[in-house]
Amino acid sequence: MTEPIHLAVALDGVGWHPAAWREECTRPREIFTAGYWARLVAEAERGLLDFVTFEDALGLQSTLPDGVDGRTDQVRGRLDAVLIAARVAPLTTRIGLIPTATTTHTEPFHVAMAIATLDHVSRGRAGWRVRVSPGRTHARHFGRRDFPRIERLPAPGDGPVARHIRELFDEAADAVEVARRLWDSWEDDAEIRDVATGRFIDRDKLHYIDFSGRWFSVKGPAITPRPPQGQPLVTALAHARIPYEFAARSADVVYVTPHTREEAAAVVRELREIPRDGDPLKIFADLVVFLGPDAAARKARLDDLDGAEFTSDAAVFTGTVEELADLLEDWRRAGIEGYRLRPGVIPHDLKAITRGLTAALRRRGLFRSAYEAPTLRGLLGLGRPVSRYARAVT
Amino acid sequence: MTDSTGTPRPARPPGTAGGGPYGPGQRPAGRPSSEPPHQRPAQRRRAVPAATRRTDRRGGAGAAGERPRKQVHLAAHFPGVNNTTVWSDPRAGSQIDFSSFVHLARTAERGKFDFFFLAEGLRLREHKGRIYDLDVVGRPESLTVLAALAAVTERIGLAATVNTTFNEPYELARRLATLDHLSGGRAAWNVVTSFDAFTGANFRRGGYLDAKDRYTRAAEFLRLSRTLWDSWQPDAILADQGTGRFLRPGGIAEVRHAGRHFTIEGHFTTPRSPQGHPVIIQAGDSDEGREFAASAAGVIFTRHATLEAGKAFYADVKRRLPKYGRAPHELKIMPGATVVVADTDAEAAELAAEIRRRQVSPQTAIALLEQVWGRDLSACDPDGPLPDIEPDLSSDIIQGRVRHGDRAALVARWREVAREKNLTIRELVIEMTGRQTFIGSPETVARRIDEYVQADAADGFILVPHLIPGGLDDFVDRVVPLLQERGVFRTEYTGTTLREHLGLGPAPGPDRYLDPPGETR
Repeated sequence: MTEPIHLAVALDGVGWHPAAWREECTRPREIFTAGYWARLVAEAERGLLDFVTFEDALGLQSTLPDGVDGRTDQVRGRLDAVLIAARVAPLTTRIGLIPTATTTHTEPFHVAMAIATLDHVSRGRAGWRVRVSPGRTHARHFGRRDFPRIERLPAPGDGPVARHIRELFDEAADAVEVARRLWDSWEDDAEIRDVATGRFIDRDKLHYIDFSGRWFSVKGPAITPRPPQGQPLVTALAHARIPYEFAARSADVVYVTPHTREEAAAVVRELREIPRDGDPLKIFADLVVFLGPDAAARKARLDDLDGAEFTSDAAVFTGTVEELADLLEDWRRAGIEGYRLRPGVIPHDLKAITRGLTAALRRRGLFRSAYEAPTLRGLLGLGRPVSRYARAVT
Repeated sequence: MTDSTGTPRPARPPGTAGGGPYGPGQRPAGRPSSEPPHQRPAQRRRAVPAATRRTDRRGGAGAAGERPRKQVHLAAHFPGVNNTTVWSDPRAGSQIDFSSFVHLARTAERGKFDFFFLAEGLRLREHKGRIYDLDVVGRPESLTVLAALAAVTERIGLAATVNTTFNEPYELARRLATLDHLSGGRAAWNVVTSFDAFTGANFRRGGYLDAKDRYTRAAEFLRLSRTLWDSWQPDAILADQGTGRFLRPGGIAEVRHAGRHFTIEGHFTTPRSPQGHPVIIQAGDSDEGREFAASAAGVIFTRHATLEAGKAFYADVKRRLPKYGRAPHELKIMPGATVVVADTDAEAAELAAEIRRRQVSPQTAIALLEQVWGRDLSACDPDGPLPDIEPDLSSDIIQGRVRHGDRAALVARWREVAREKNLTIRELVIEMTGRQTFIGSPETVARRIDEYVQADAADGFILVPHLIPGGLDDFVDRVVPLLQERGVFRTEYTGTTLREHLGLGPAPGPDRYLDPPGETR
């Protein structure tokens, strides 16, 4: 049997086109309400998608690589993504929930406990999209570090900005290492409730993680018992060599941005050559999608409203769901195992994915007709890891 | 919780909000003009709904010359990690499974409580250098679990204890504002500080803070959070699809702050939330803590459990409010309390004794004795007499728990009580560490809670159940209806936000937090 395709959607505001909010079907006023996010995730779950991601950043949206642009004609403002994911968790039962959380200015301990808690409240459906925050603008929201202004991304060559970004990914790798150790720091059977000895836990099954690195040291153990999945899913978006290496080293799933099948094959090859421990990295491709027979015209109209042609780090697809299904099938032969689709306009393009695309893929035998696992790792065919500390002699 | 010490009155704000590409530099909005002038407490008390007023006679109020009855406020504290929580009971459930949180929060909401409260602990406690294993341990990250609870509750407030020492204002302010958005205006923040290197070992900004600096850090943190919350005008979002204006020009002010602990500049990410600011809770009884609460908090969570101590504390704190331009109803005083309810007073007393026994297992008795004595006493028999061993007052045998008071005096008192009452170690520890506040039949408990509130020893209580998750079931089923009959507790929520439940009025604008005129620090 053919391996099925994994499908996810990336949720951001009312869609990825900066003028999406001008479409009548959108609800731009509601993006700061719980009900809005609950409806979107329910729609994604109705489509049996593997997971949704929630965009986030420690600063306002901007058309500039580093700095606020002062524009009042695009959506500005966000809620914290981890909390949105937690808010929708009790209202859903099967779909994975992957919020973005930044490693650059945050405490690894807090982020790790928040993701572990998301895994508890969702009963094993949590993931983490790890993100770095390279710019001076966000750094000044914290005032702890003096960062260079980023003029353009990706940063050219081996200049100071490229070195700075490499350091941020090294720090992110340390943050993920801390999180992974903390998630393992309670063995699964640490809680014993032994009335005879008066002990609630077997403290030999709780472990100090004793992480010491260049940016932080974390003693441990976690304050939160081991999450239901053992290790919530770690994911990252990667466009270049440095984040590829980070993803291969630290993530379970990587989102890449090829624009052609050839580029897809090349990035898969490059990623597979990077040494890695454990399960193979799951490679997803990101695509911004405008779907329907009138997709190109819709996008052109939005481009007009925004005053610029919309382009993206990811390939921008306009066409019917059958045409998109063709493309996904084609890239799959280049080694892409799943897709994270960024709907151009929400709800229009989201519904086209959850209702149209999934049906098209299902007719081809490439997509599930029911959820087959209760956890996010399970949906992706990943097992529940044993705590690294359980293997050690204590 | 790692610490819950008071923080002092904030200094004059070093921060400003204005200018930048999104703002012409005007000050953020102050108090909305629709806000009524401060009500005097007596006026507020008269506004008891007719449906509840009819039963006033039961409590004896309403006679000529007597003041109307104050309304009781109630909160539910999900048990933290100490020996209040009895885990050995067969009915004890998980302390981490989400269903336990749902059960307790929904029970409290069924009882029309004001809010659900979570403590914080950022490092597992240690005893004699090893992780303490006798109490319930393991808890979620507070804001994340409260966001999830917002989905399965509709009205009850959601309060998180979050440390100012191991967080940054920009990030925490947006998480709190997010919780307020996602709960429709039900968020509260119990502002605590910590300075110990023990907890700091889990954080990049580590245990560097001087004890005295943590107060100034907390004050500056809160002031800066308020500046961030105020930086989006309430009407900043137009989202006008026709004209293409998403933001109103000038709707987001740039925040610039250069203070002793924080230097930040930029734009906040999150629109003004339904409550404007989450409700601020202050825990701790120190003089600085009282002053901070009087200047800035909506609720003070105290430990004063006796009627006389409660009255003195209440009077002292409320006396401090006028110099901050605040009315007495703007700060609710809510001591922590435990409740044991049974059919009769005698049965409740018996049940309370049994709970205390379960809270102090033989192993816990020795461990708590070791914490007071500061030395290893594992050879002692918990059912035997207090050993004739001198304490080691220089040693702290437990880490991660706040110590209150003078330990030498504590040892002397324990010795005296053991001698006078001829108690074994376990009996002594039960005697000295019992935490029960209200014990009795539903009628007794309702009457005593009402008495405390009417006597101005409290505005209500934060109830700490000894059992997860069903520890408040009896209270809600049997005591709340009696409080309602007495006309001192709501029968339905009348508002949707926590500020409305607490009767605090709208969130103040930035002008409300200046030092009183003519005062210098």
